[in-house]
Amino acid sequence: MKLREFIISEAIVANVKATDRDGAIRELVTSLSTAGSLPADAVDEVVAALIKREQNGSTGFGKGVAVPHAKHPKVKQMAGTVGRSEAGIDFAALDHQPVYSIVLLLSPENQPQQHLQAMNIVFSNLQKDMFRKFLRQSTTREAIVDLFDEADQGK
Amino acid sequence: MAHREVIICNKLGLHARPAMQFVDIANQFQSEVKVHKGGPEPEDADGKSVMQMIILAAVEGTPLQIDATGEDAEAAVKKLAELVEGKFGEEE
Repeated sequence: MKLREFIISEAIVANVKATDRDGAIRELVTSLSTAGSLPADAVDEVVAALIKREQNGSTGFGKGVAVPHAKHPKVKQMAGTVGRSEAGIDFAALDHQPVYSIVLLLSPENQPQQHLQAMNIVFSNLQKDMFRKFLRQSTTREAIVDLFDEADQGK
Repeated sequence: MAHREVIICNKLGLHARPAMQFVDIANQFQSEVKVHKGGPEPEDADGKSVMQMIILAAVEGTPLQIDATGEDAEAAVKKLAELVEGKFGEEE
């Protein structure tokens, strides 16, 4: 699986305005909805599901990245987006450090294997120091899309 | 050194929450813990790294070998195998 198969370019937020976790999650879900990947009337429910998931255990796995994710019946096709915060956001991360890069993933309820494959490709890239560094430095949507294209091509 | 072979038997596979449970338990032991995924796409992970465990993308039915090295290796693999075989507490 490739990042660009499920990351919705138009939904990428290169400069997240929110300064807290819940606000950033809402901003990214709203962006996915605006891009047509989620019905507008599902935004509140999906945001609530993502926040509940964070409360059960932070998806801030360290190194400045967080991967909030949820499976939801109103999600018909897997869709993800990326948010970048210049100032950093408190995600209650495992290493207690602020989060600068957020990869948010929504999956349908009945496709656990596809969800695992998407998480695999997201984390395979986030493990790489250079990928994290470039993502943090990408100040525009286009730059993030280019970075993901290069990652998908194995550069 | 101790080994145990287990099969992922919960429907959702080794997604983020089970991966974290696994790492939490692995970290309770001094031993080094390595996990080897079998099947068509074999891969190795540090059993104490959440990201590496998620990257395994171990779906239901995937065989895993848990290897521990250290004084408490036997206890570590026993407890980790119980976690996997108990479906990470996800199902009856």
